[in-house]
Amino acid sequence: MRPMFRLGVLLCLAGTAGAQQSPDSTARRQQRMLDSLAAALTAVQGKLDSISSAPPPAAPARTSGAYMNVSFVGLTDFAWSSEKDLGALQVGDHEPHVRGFAIPNAELALDGTVDPYLKAFVNIVHKLDANGETGVELEEMYFLTTSLPHNLQVKGGQFFAEFGRQNPQHPHSWAFADQPLALNRMFGPEGLRSQGLRVSWLLPTSFYTEATVAVLNSAGTTTWSFRSDESAQIHAGAPVDRAVRGVGDMLYVPRLATSVDLSETQTLLFGVSGAFGPNNSGDAAKTRVYGADVYWKWKSPTARKGFPFVAFQGEGLVRRYDAASRTAVDAFRVALPAATLKDDGAYAQVQWGIRPMLVAGLRAEYATGNGVVAETPFTTAERANRNRYSTNLTWFPTEYSKFRIQYNYDHRAWVGNDHTVLLQFEFLLGAHAAHKF
Amino acid sequence: MTTLTHLVLAFAALLPTAGGVEAPPPAKLLNVVATTPDLAALARAIGGAAVDVKALAKPTEDPHFVDAKPSLVVTLNRADMLIEGGAELEMGWLPPLLESARNDRIAAGSPGRVSASTGIRMLEVPTSFDRSKGDVHSMGNPHFLLDPVNVRLVVTQIAQHMAQVDPASAALFRDNLKNFLATLEVKAAAWQKELEPFRGAKIVTYHKDFVYLAERYKLEVAETLEPKPGIEPSPIHLAAVIGTMRAQKVRVILVQPFQNRKTAETVARQTDAVVLDMPQQPGVKPNTATYFDLMDSLVHTLATALQEKK
Ligand SMILES: [Zn+2]
Repeated sequence: MRPMFRLGVLLCLAGTAGAQQSPDSTARRQQRMLDSLAAALTAVQGKLDSISSAPPPAAPARTSGAYMNVSFVGLTDFAWSSEKDLGALQVGDHEPHVRGFAIPNAELALDGTVDPYLKAFVNIVHKLDANGETGVELEEMYFLTTSLPHNLQVKGGQFFAEFGRQNPQHPHSWAFADQPLALNRMFGPEGLRSQGLRVSWLLPTSFYTEATVAVLNSAGTTTWSFRSDESAQIHAGAPVDRAVRGVGDMLYVPRLATSVDLSETQTLLFGVSGAFGPNNSGDAAKTRVYGADVYWKWKSPTARKGFPFVAFQGEGLVRRYDAASRTAVDAFRVALPAATLKDDGAYAQVQWGIRPMLVAGLRAEYATGNGVVAETPFTTAERANRNRYSTNLTWFPTEYSKFRIQYNYDHRAWVGNDHTVLLQFEFLLGAHAAHKF
Repeated sequence: MTTLTHLVLAFAALLPTAGGVEAPPPAKLLNVVATTPDLAALARAIGGAAVDVKALAKPTEDPHFVDAKPSLVVTLNRADMLIEGGAELEMGWLPPLLESARNDRIAAGSPGRVSASTGIRMLEVPTSFDRSKGDVHSMGNPHFLLDPVNVRLVVTQIAQHMAQVDPASAALFRDNLKNFLATLEVKAAAWQKELEPFRGAKIVTYHKDFVYLAERYKLEVAETLEPKPGIEPSPIHLAAVIGTMRAQKVRVILVQPFQNRKTAETVARQTDAVVLDMPQQPGVKPNTATYFDLMDSLVHTLATALQEKK
């Protein structure tokens, strides 16, 4: 940048020279000065142009990733409980179902950019059931648009419905080894997921507000409260199987979420969700599920690796299951009257990130069913009162592995109290997963 | 269908309020978002009065571990330009934000997206992907702005992109670039001069985050308190560090605000060393809002300590 410096000197000279000379010679001098100034400027310009027009040096020969990221998450558990039939307590699909060792989740995840308009995500899950048999399933497979106008975004394929906070999360993001009871009751062992389309709109508000609506198929094992093959566990009648007649037979999942930063260190996220669709207790029976969720997090302004932090998460769910009059599944002569089965459940959990890579957790929850249970000739465990209190400690040797120990105190109406200890080990191979908030 | 009708009505009811919340900006400034405050400071220097610059990470925050907060989605949604460090610095938190931000003005490959590491001669590029060596960045060490030569490339790139996104202000960006580069030349010479007497001096750092500074000014990073990048210091490793520091008479330990100062102080007490606060982000220490002020402060802090401990 020496020309710049020279330029400055010239300007100073021009100023002082002009003040001392006679008008005539001053004019000539000034002209000469101006000429040399112009020359100096041209030199500066040339140098700058050569800097700014020079193509950036060649990119490194190797870039991270190819056309997609590949990662694999392996989750192993060891469980022991005062309940011999652990599967009766741990009803989630990615939880251990027997005393001893289990591999409830081994997940191959692929993601990448399809083209300038789409991204795609695939999750293939392997799990060993209680008998040690391997099951493989396509858990999620969807595309996501990247550049729709008006802040819109479309997701299509098979995916976890964006209902509440935990339902869309994969087991490796859970704060506990098991799913909250309320989610198990409303959405079954797998959570609420199905095939369909979801439209989301980021509202033009100054704070974060996002509205999403998913239109999904309402039949299948992963639409538990709707036209699910396992629905007899809820309404105790013989399921009525039928084809889709119209758009009213689809499952609609709307959600509105909003978030504000309370301060530099605290963030609050609040959401309300719904799931509306037909169930198969009868020909025209419907289910409505409503949910509210809240998440609050404090993180130290000088957090080391994100620690220390405190996070609170709570969700409450209410289900109104309009069961049609139906034949009891286990007693063909018994006709069950039409009724609205009312269920609700909630959980609240706190996570305390004590120091880097060490997190303690505390969770309290309940699930309950009421309405017609007492009047029917049967009671389903699926709808009985239950409370559970859990505490755990998770240690992450690095971001790519974790050890967790968890204790559950379980109270089931008509059954009693149980104590369960779960040990969990998880590892991640491959692409570094990004952390959603 | 009643359910669907209700939904549509519910969302329609939200529309007018939503539309009314956003106030029009007072002037048409280019909305620039940088992932870290140091990149934001460079953007301010080049963009001047034509830009409004926000940083996603806080100055005291570890740029590897920013929370993907929803408010950052909104910031990215409104951005005309995004400047990221790249080289996997932000890979733990930026991708989900960008996915939600649905803003193709800042999509990879568009003029509104600057990846600062493009064209930088990266140090410590691993020859193999192996996480037994710690959390190494497969594209090399991303803490490259402490070398003024790299900053030349970054600001030039920022100016080019700004001129493409906002051609009306191109002359301003070019003038600002001119001035910045002129000042940088003078400043870089001064920093070189101030650290010249300490050529070959040994330093200890917490993380491998001062390698570019060390390479430029011919300092030697004798040890890091982390046994491997991203791995917590262990007592065994710290004992080895103390041994090395005593044997080689290393008297300074460099830490950033989000690193464990207590660990550094413990090591310093046993080695007659001094712990230096060396935040790489502008604004942590008073009067370090610009890149030049920040580097002045870092170089001066380091030179003073090396002089005193000589
Ligand atoms: Zn990570």
